[in-house]
Amino acid sequence: MIAPLRVIARLGRYTLNGVSRTGFAARFFLAILLHSGTAFRRFGLTIREIYFAGVLSLIIILVSGLFVGMVLGLQGYETLETYGSEEVLGVLVALSLVRELGPVVAALLFASRAGSAITAEIGLMKATEQLSAMEMMAVDPVARVVAPRFWAGVISMPMLAALFSAMGIFGGYLVGVVMIGVDEGSFWSQMQAKVDFGEDILNGVIKSVVFGVAVTAIALFEGYDAPPTAEGVSGATTRTVVTSSLAILGLDFILTAFMFRGVS
Amino acid sequence: MENLVEIENVTFGYGARPVLKGINMTAKRGQVIAIMGSSGCGKTTLLRLIGGQIKPSKGIVRVAGQNVAELEQDGLYRLRRKMGMLFQFGALFTDMSVFDNIAFQLREHTELPEEIVRDLVLMKLHAVGLRGAANLMPSELSGGMARRVALARAIALEPMLVMYDEPFAGLDPISLGVIGNIIRRLTDTLGLTSIVVTHDVQESLKIVDYVYFISEGVIEAEGTAEEMRASGLPFVHQFVHGEPDGPVPFQYPAPPYAEDLGLSL
Repeated sequence: MIAPLRVIARLGRYTLNGVSRTGFAARFFLAILLHSGTAFRRFGLTIREIYFAGVLSLIIILVSGLFVGMVLGLQGYETLETYGSEEVLGVLVALSLVRELGPVVAALLFASRAGSAITAEIGLMKATEQLSAMEMMAVDPVARVVAPRFWAGVISMPMLAALFSAMGIFGGYLVGVVMIGVDEGSFWSQMQAKVDFGEDILNGVIKSVVFGVAVTAIALFEGYDAPPTAEGVSGATTRTVVTSSLAILGLDFILTAFMFRGVS
Repeated sequence: MENLVEIENVTFGYGARPVLKGINMTAKRGQVIAIMGSSGCGKTTLLRLIGGQIKPSKGIVRVAGQNVAELEQDGLYRLRRKMGMLFQFGALFTDMSVFDNIAFQLREHTELPEEIVRDLVLMKLHAVGLRGAANLMPSELSGGMARRVALARAIALEPMLVMYDEPFAGLDPISLGVIGNIIRRLTDTLGLTSIVVTHDVQESLKIVDYVYFISEGVIEAEGTAEEMRASGLPFVHQFVHGEPDGPVPFQYPAPPYAEDLGLSL
């Protein structure tokens, strides 16, 4: 075949592969939703996965939240002090965390801590024929293995984001009030007055639910679709982290554009 | 004796490459059947066809009178509850103990109280000689032990048919004999039908009732163990006596050796 034709052929092959993979991903996602009965009927299965995905991610989430909040306190104070408005430091810290950093950074951490683990686990279960064995035992692996992990991720994500934000606000308080000496009363009262429950907190929660769906679905799909070899599983794990990070940031932009239009 | 598994004129291929070409095979109730052939000849594919994990492109696979390829997921899952399968490397669930692995199907498919599940699991483990290993994790088992646990798991629901994918691969001589014995004994005492896919001729000829030899996707020979030992067919002879070269060539198809080395004049 002559060179330009080969390029076109390769382009066609990549396109077809991409389309069929997207189709498979969509069908897989649908299958998860359709087979979610077991995940709720036998909620113990889901709780076990919440422990692995959520509880074991707590340390990294809490520590990161604390540091992010402390940095926000320092940076925010620097800037606000120039305008003589350091009493709104609490507002700045809380809004940045609740609206943006909480959901986004917690989701990025979740993707690399729990998402990669989910992909590796499912990929290895497939490579060692555990999923086939389950199928041969007349137990649907999507219902028994995949769906509980999916719902565990979706449930854990907003809680982790909330804890991240709470820890961050505490970090901002430590730096702003305890270390630098911003007035404690105005730190908290301004925050209380300016942070709106629906506009800020609820929108942040919606974001983290969406991120939870995206990260967990990507992690499960990559694991389920991984070639049953060592390179296959390691490649899938990498793809989970890369794809879900990009998905988080892309979705964040879209959600933010819809949510905070025209809010002063 | 009644046929439990009937395979009629089955053809199957992954993509364009045909793996099985017009296979005919039957397994009668209570028998141990062996399917033998060199690696990659489509033996495992046959088991997957019987289990309904893949569908034949031509022909019919019947288990207990039902056409497997025509069953919906519900029907297929009902049928699979009566089938056990031993995977090549056991495929034990690595996040569960030996006990929970064997209890898995009992807990998924029955409403039995936990005390009865416990008794049943211990009975299955006793049958494979590993009652004392109930609380170990799969990572703590040797290869032979893992195979025996997987065997206990395959018979947990007292199936009518058990399929074994390379049960002898990678085992030491003692474990080899143990697994062979267990397969024969379980088949006789539980009234099972066993289909063993293997390339371990010596070990399997000791325990089987009937053998099928597959090569290049077709059945080259079939018969009882005695007939196979005595067979004059070149392929069977090479296989049974483990000769490196014969109808199955040692060399993978390649261009002439001299040409590949650049020696052609």
